[in-house]
Amino acid sequence: MKKSTLVMILALVFVFQALAVAYASEVVVYSARKEHLIKPLFDAYTKETGVEINYLTDKAGPLMEKIRAEGKNTPADLLITVDAGNLWYAAKSGVLESVDLNVLQKNVPDYLRDPGNRWFGLSVRARTIVYSTERVKPSELSSYEALAGPEWKGRLCLRTSKKVYNQSLVAMMIAEHGVEKSESIVKGWVGNLAAKPFSNDTKVMQAIVAGQCDVGIVNTYYYGRLLKKDPKLPLSLYWPDQQGNGVHVNVSGAGLVKYSKNKDEALKLLAWLSSEKAQNLFADSNMEYPVNPSVKPHPNVAAWGDFKKNLINVSKAGELQAEAIKLMDRAKYK
Amino acid sequence: MLPAINVMKYMDGWRASALLISLLVAVPIVVVLVSMLSVTGDIWEHLVENVLSELLVNTVWLVAGVAAGTYLIGVSLAWLTAVCDFPGRKFFSWSLLLPLSIPAYVLAFVFLGIFDFTGPVQTLLRGWFGAENVHFPDVSSTGGVITVMTLVLYPYVYLLARNAFMTQGRRALEAAASLGHSRVSGFFRVALPMARPWIAGGVLLVVMESLADFGAVSIFNYNTFTTAIYKAWFGFFSLPAAAQLSSILVLIVFIIIVMEQRMRSGMKFTRAGREAAGGGRIRLKGVWKWTAFAVSFSVLLVAFIIPVIQLLIWTVEVFEEEFSFRYFGFLTHSLLLGIAGAIIVCSLALVLSYSKRHHPDKLSGFLTRTATLGYALPGTVLAVGVFIPVAYLDNVIIDVMRNMAGLEMTSLFKGSLFVLIIAYMIRFMAAGFNTINSAMQRVTRSIDEAARLMGMRGIKMLSKVHLPILKGGVFTAAIIVFVDIMKEMPITLMMRPFGWDTLAVKIFELTSEGEWARAALPSIVLIMAGILPVILLTRKGERS
Amino acid sequence: MSAMLEVKNICHSYGKTSIIKDLSFSLTRGSIGCLLGPSGCGKTTVLRTIAGFESVTEGEIFLNEHVISRKGFTLGPEKRRIGMVFQDYALFPHLTVSGNISFGLGKIGATEKRLRVSSLLETMHLADVRNKYPHEISGGQQQRVALARALAPRPDLILMDEPFSNLDVSLREKVSMEVRDILKEYGATALIVTHNQLEAFAISDEIGIMHNGQMHQWDTAHELYHQPATPFVADFVGEGVLIRGVVINNNQVTTGVGFLHGQFMMSCREGNEVDVLIRPDDIVHDDESSVKATVLEKTFRGASIMYTLLLDSGEKVLSLVPSHHEHPIGQQIGIMVMVDDIVLFNRERHCNVGPGPSEKQAVTESR
Repeated sequence: MKKSTLVMILALVFVFQALAVAYASEVVVYSARKEHLIKPLFDAYTKETGVEINYLTDKAGPLMEKIRAEGKNTPADLLITVDAGNLWYAAKSGVLESVDLNVLQKNVPDYLRDPGNRWFGLSVRARTIVYSTERVKPSELSSYEALAGPEWKGRLCLRTSKKVYNQSLVAMMIAEHGVEKSESIVKGWVGNLAAKPFSNDTKVMQAIVAGQCDVGIVNTYYYGRLLKKDPKLPLSLYWPDQQGNGVHVNVSGAGLVKYSKNKDEALKLLAWLSSEKAQNLFADSNMEYPVNPSVKPHPNVAAWGDFKKNLINVSKAGELQAEAIKLMDRAKYK
Repeated sequence: MLPAINVMKYMDGWRASALLISLLVAVPIVVVLVSMLSVTGDIWEHLVENVLSELLVNTVWLVAGVAAGTYLIGVSLAWLTAVCDFPGRKFFSWSLLLPLSIPAYVLAFVFLGIFDFTGPVQTLLRGWFGAENVHFPDVSSTGGVITVMTLVLYPYVYLLARNAFMTQGRRALEAAASLGHSRVSGFFRVALPMARPWIAGGVLLVVMESLADFGAVSIFNYNTFTTAIYKAWFGFFSLPAAAQLSSILVLIVFIIIVMEQRMRSGMKFTRAGREAAGGGRIRLKGVWKWTAFAVSFSVLLVAFIIPVIQLLIWTVEVFEEEFSFRYFGFLTHSLLLGIAGAIIVCSLALVLSYSKRHHPDKLSGFLTRTATLGYALPGTVLAVGVFIPVAYLDNVIIDVMRNMAGLEMTSLFKGSLFVLIIAYMIRFMAAGFNTINSAMQRVTRSIDEAARLMGMRGIKMLSKVHLPILKGGVFTAAIIVFVDIMKEMPITLMMRPFGWDTLAVKIFELTSEGEWARAALPSIVLIMAGILPVILLTRKGERS
Repeated sequence: MSAMLEVKNICHSYGKTSIIKDLSFSLTRGSIGCLLGPSGCGKTTVLRTIAGFESVTEGEIFLNEHVISRKGFTLGPEKRRIGMVFQDYALFPHLTVSGNISFGLGKIGATEKRLRVSSLLETMHLADVRNKYPHEISGGQQQRVALARALAPRPDLILMDEPFSNLDVSLREKVSMEVRDILKEYGATALIVTHNQLEAFAISDEIGIMHNGQMHQWDTAHELYHQPATPFVADFVGEGVLIRGVVINNNQVTTGVGFLHGQFMMSCREGNEVDVLIRPDDIVHDDESSVKATVLEKTFRGASIMYTLLLDSGEKVLSLVPSHHEHPIGQQIGIMVMVDDIVLFNRERHCNVGPGPSEKQAVTESR
């Protein structure tokens, strides 16, 4: 290659670099929680404190691989991601740093954060049973496990086992009942399916409305979204296991990146996100539940009723996730 | 170029460039494959025991089905619009390319939304005949996913086959007729085999796309190698297991490419006869002409009109909520990346193809095969493969700078547009190269020799002699790459600089939260941005 | 002998431009015909109408006494039993030599097919390259493959469009003789289009001279040379020159090269103003002659030299003389014309000398 070409390429790299740097500023967040859910929060934070937030969204896996590859030179300060499994793996792979901050420990209950304080849940997502109000009486329902019973033959709809929500659900079941019992439950579910597993929760609910099946398992906020569009939706939520361990919950959460260059500002942001002020904004944007016990959910969400949450530490979901996937593969749950 | 290299007889600028390009592509693939060397133990065992056979069967079905489907639709529509005449031919000849601008995952979602149990079609049927009497085939099936992928990918075959038929020359068909072969027989025994390199190039793109596709198959919950790779990585948190699966995928693609090249080694395809088909189209009559119309129209209807109408309906519903002036930024970013990427990919594909022509030996074959492998890897896996070495290089340079000059910085190459575009090159080289290389076969030896006698060599030969002949092919390649880049998600997500969100990024954000209706706005903008060049492309083809 | 091909008064036009005007000829079974004419005279179009690629707007074409083209009817090319050798050969690039040759052998048995192909390969000296692809063999070989491919289905008629134009000049005559031998060996009836008269003379039994879409004369080479029907034929065939003359009586004419005495090929009246055909070999050098001419140009042709001479009348004639007769350019030499048969055409339309193109039909039919 000619020298001049090489010089030109290098010059271009630096020009692009300058452009990229021009955007960089105070706190850098890598987020697997989607832009339209976090941007309003960041805007509010900037308005309140004057601190600029720079963020990059992607799937959790690539974001973590990215932080690992960048190593000591990562620009990231904070990692926000969805699902306890991802948070657990981020902590395990050593990209997060343990944080000792009273306000966080006060705002986030034990079971919704890492035992080593490397990540903190910021919103709660409940995965529960949804049923057709036309064909199912709530009295027929009791627990997730009961959906494996013969009375639900050809009446159950599920989302694909590839979705992390179901992997976490089964992981928590393993934590409670052990592998063998959980496997027979999942096999029971698969045997009861009215249709092949769907690719998302909304499809599960639409199938119930259309009469393809009668019950399903979904995250509550998907129900909320559908209800918003059609207030007369012939579906209702059921809180299972209220006499037992309670409803399976999962979190979206955040942790401090180990090689953050700006730990003070990053921690301030993290603490703020768990505060009463931010919690409603954080949860309500997606009709989720706040983690902070002193914050009430949005009235629309609260209207679905109070329920007992499963208090096993959500990091279990991460620990047992691989086990859960293997189990579902064996049970031919696609 | 480098004087040291000139010493070796078979080495010159072209060879060296080809070496460099294939090296660029090889690095991320090697990075991915090397990571498979780390032990994964029980995960791999589990995969082999419980899912591998299903993956193989599913993947083979998908690839075979989509290849057959795109071949059938692409070639027959290309023949109809390139050689025959029937009502609406001119309109169809360009509009049949429009599905090129629709991302596969968008069509998949729309298709399921319309035709599955909860969709309007089946609901309507149940309303008319009662739930017990409606036996609609399960659309969320192998057949369904093959249909959707076929409808999205057939334009690749259509485009290249049409190009071949238009420039094939009438002579060969006349020769066949003079030897007692009817039009039908002439088509199967002469026109079709002669168009084979182009058709094969198109089908190869289709095969690679369907192997790498994640969006559409996951909407159908259809397990393929790609979905398994994602599961290994995001579910088992095992990049090594994902790499092991990817290596099987790379191997499959490599075998397919080698097989395809073996199949037509020894054959050379230059056009027979000087007359283009333009003058004497075959005028279809009676039933045939309306059949041709009906076939073309139904493909266009299902693959483009219906999904666009559905997207428009959704867009109207969400417009107020979703639209903001940031969309102009998304659009600009998408366009800029698409254009820059198309230019880089096509230039390098040209260099690669030219180098192969200059050195028609085994090494060239190996280099070009390597350089086109990036197309078949699932995007996310490739993205990591690109990112890891770039970040490594960055870290080395940053450390050196810190120690030597006391300079503090966090990134040099990573997160720069330059690297993003290189990553696109690695991913889409096949899309550019296959098209350009097919066109290159049309430049005969004697053209080279004539130009050489007039004192043209190297770059000058390329720009003065070959480029004008290759113009059509290069333009086609540029459009394909442009549209592909605009639709691309995982690499853009991972490699984009801060603030460089594109339409595809926006679609990803919304769809991964299940907000399909809201994703309609960026989708429709993306499709519209892709349509214009597609129309340009066919106008071009019509003239030449 | 019956006519294998009969072309009767055909016309063909493209849009408003008429390409072939009222053209007729016929070809007997087993003979080789040739359409000769300058580029753009419509000869290739005639070939394509016979092959069935173009339709006729008037007239009829018969093959083996069956009509294959007439106004409003064109039998499909694949149903005509006509083979064609294209100018660029149009070999199928995706098939080997054998594959190309056997391409037209549709409905016959495998053994017969193999036999026919191998016998053709043998005859055409192509056995060594049977498994090669067209781009791997030489131009002469490609030419033979094209011919073999056309011959293989044993068509009633073989059409060849400028079959030798892609060959080396030195090869042409040899190959065209070979082709003639092969065609004769197979008893094939063939019609060849060319613009090269030597080629036409070498290969064909009968030749048609075409100009502007019209047939000027359909005849043997000898007749064309010695009894050209029109000034165009006289001019085109051989290297003849027409110079002005006046008829003195029924075997004498006075011209710029002096008095010519001989037998008139057409009857002419005394006093008619005519054009007289002078061929290069008619003029000999004679220092005694009173007719002088100036050497304008000369072209060395090996055994002979072609001189272009300027007459006192301002007209030019060609003279072919043995090459030991050297004359520098500009020299004045004495010449004389040695002819037995005088070919002349009347310049005035009212004189009933040789036929014009429009009257050709009558002449042809009267034969």
